[in-house]
Amino acid sequence: MSYSDKVIDHYNNPRNVGSMDKSSADVGTGLVGAPECGDVMKLQIKVNRDTNVIEEAKFKTFGCGSAIASSSLATEWVKGKTVDEALAIKNMDIVKELSLPPVKIHCSVLAEDAIRAAIGDWKKKQESAKPVTSAVAQ
Amino acid sequence: MSTDVKIPQELPVTKHAAPQGVKLPIYMDNHATTPMDPRVLEEMLPYFMEKFGNAASRNHSFGWAGEEGVETARERIAKLIGATTKEIIFTSGATESDNLAIKGVAEMYREKGNHIITAVTEHKAVLDTCKRLEKYGYRVTYLPVQKDGLVDLEELKRAMDDKTILVTIMAANNEIGVLQPITEIGKLCRERGILFHTDATQAIGKVPIDVNKQYIDLMSISGHKMYGPKGVGALYVRRKNPRVQLAALIDGGGHERGMRSGTLNVAGIVGLGKACAIASEEMSREAVQLSSLRDRLRDRIMNRLDETYINGTMEHRLPGNLNISFAYVEGESLLMGINDIAVSSGSACTSATLEPSYVLKALGTGDDLAHSSIRFGIGRFNTAAEVDYVADRVIETVERLRELSPLYEMAKEGINLKDVKWAGEAAH
Repeated sequence: MSYSDKVIDHYNNPRNVGSMDKSSADVGTGLVGAPECGDVMKLQIKVNRDTNVIEEAKFKTFGCGSAIASSSLATEWVKGKTVDEALAIKNMDIVKELSLPPVKIHCSVLAEDAIRAAIGDWKKKQESAKPVTSAVAQ
Repeated sequence: MSTDVKIPQELPVTKHAAPQGVKLPIYMDNHATTPMDPRVLEEMLPYFMEKFGNAASRNHSFGWAGEEGVETARERIAKLIGATTKEIIFTSGATESDNLAIKGVAEMYREKGNHIITAVTEHKAVLDTCKRLEKYGYRVTYLPVQKDGLVDLEELKRAMDDKTILVTIMAANNEIGVLQPITEIGKLCRERGILFHTDATQAIGKVPIDVNKQYIDLMSISGHKMYGPKGVGALYVRRKNPRVQLAALIDGGGHERGMRSGTLNVAGIVGLGKACAIASEEMSREAVQLSSLRDRLRDRIMNRLDETYINGTMEHRLPGNLNISFAYVEGESLLMGINDIAVSSGSACTSATLEPSYVLKALGTGDDLAHSSIRFGIGRFNTAAEVDYVADRVIETVERLRELSPLYEMAKEGINLKDVKWAGEAAH
C-alpha cells in the first residue's frame, strides 16, 4: 500500500503529540478504539471556559500510519476552533485531506469519534460542579 | 500527574544513510519469496533460446535436450529429499501441489473414507482446499496448535478414525517458522494406513527432509522459496509402501504419469533442480549461518526493547525465521517507519480482510499482540551488517512509536489494559 505525501508527513512529523492532565476541569479526553482492533486514539483538548475555544490539543495513537495521520490532523484542525465548530468536523473531511483509500476510512471515523469523545468529556465536566474522573480508565 | 507532559512536539526524524557495505533497501522477507541464486539463473538460461525444445518431443534432439534438463532436475530434487525420480511430479508451484495432493487423494480414496485432518495454522493453499472439499461432503478436522505453534500428537491420534484417508500438516510454518513434528505425524499415519501429505514449501532446502525416514507419502515443493524461479514447483508422490494414487486436477496430454498434464516448464524445472542441488551441498552450512544471524537480530532487539515477545517455539524453528510482537506498537506503522527494510507484519492493516494473522491467533496470541507482530525472514544473501542495521532501525522506530502510543503510556502508568472498557470493543 502506498501512502499519500500528507499521511507520510504526519507520520514522520506528528503534530501535537503528548498528554494533558485528564483530571483538569478544562481538559476533555477522548479515548476511542480498542487494542484488539489495532487502533486506539487518545485525543485531548483544553478549552477556554469563557470563549469555548479549544486552545490546546494533544494526541497519542496506537495504529497504522493512516490512524496516526488522522489523529494528528484532527488536533491541528480543532485547535483554535470553538467546541461547536470542532463538532462540525466530519470524517470525510479527513479522508479528503489525507487522500485515504477506502480501506483506511475507518481511521478517519475513529478520529471524528475521538474529537466527539473529547468534547463530550469536557462538556460533562462543565455540567457537574466539581471535576469528575474522566472516561479514560479507572 | 503533572499538566502538559513534556514530550517533544515534533519527534525528530532522521534520514538514514546506509552503513558501509549495506545497500538499501534491505530484503529480509525471504518467506514471501527469495531472490534467485545467480547459479540457478545461469543454469536456466540455455533453456530459453538454445534448448527450447518440448520435453515431450521424443523424436528429435531439441526434445531430447529439454528432456535431459528435466530429468537432471528430477534427480536433483529426488536426491535432496531421499526419493526416486519417478516420484517427482512437476507443477506450477506449491499451491498447485497442495491442491493436487489433497483433492487428488480425496477423489481417489473416496470409497475408503471421507475424513481429512489438517491444522488451523496451515497455509491457505491447504485450508481453502480442505474447505472446498467440505462442500463436496468431506469431513475435515482442523487441529488446534499449542502455544508454541506445534500440533499435539495426542490430539492428532484422537482425531483419526476409520474414515480418515489423509493427514496434511505442513513441515514449517510460513509466518512463525515452527517445524511440526512430521516424523512422528508420519509414523502415526503409517501405522494406521492413513496417507500423510506435508506442505514443505518453507522447509525444503532449509532443514533436512527425508521422505522415507519421515514416513512422508506426499510433499509439496516450491521453487521460489529456495532461491529458484517462480511458477514452478513439484509434488512428491510415493510409489512404494504404500503406492499413492492420485486423481489428476488437470487433464490433457498425460504428462507426468497422467497426474499433471501440460507442457513442462523446462527452464523453470531446470532452475528448481539447480536450487535443490545447491541446497544439497550447502544447506547444513547455511543453516548454521542463518541461525546465527537470526539470533544476532533477536538478541540485539530484545536486549534493547522491553515487552517484545517471540511468537512460536525457538527450539523447533527454521534457521532464518524470527517473528516478534512489539507490544503497544501497531505493525503497519512500524513497517512504515522502517520503509527501507522489506519485512512482513501480522497486522490486520496489512491484510485485505482487516483481520490480524490467523496463525498468531491460533497460538493464543491476543489480537493486540498479533497486530504488533513483525516477521523477519533472513536468507542466503543477508549479511551481519544488514542484520545490525535492521535491528537498529527497528529499535529506534519502536521507541518512537511507543512515545506516540496511548497504550504504552497507560501501561507505564500501571493501568492493566485488559481491565479497560474499550469504546471500540462493541463494534468488534
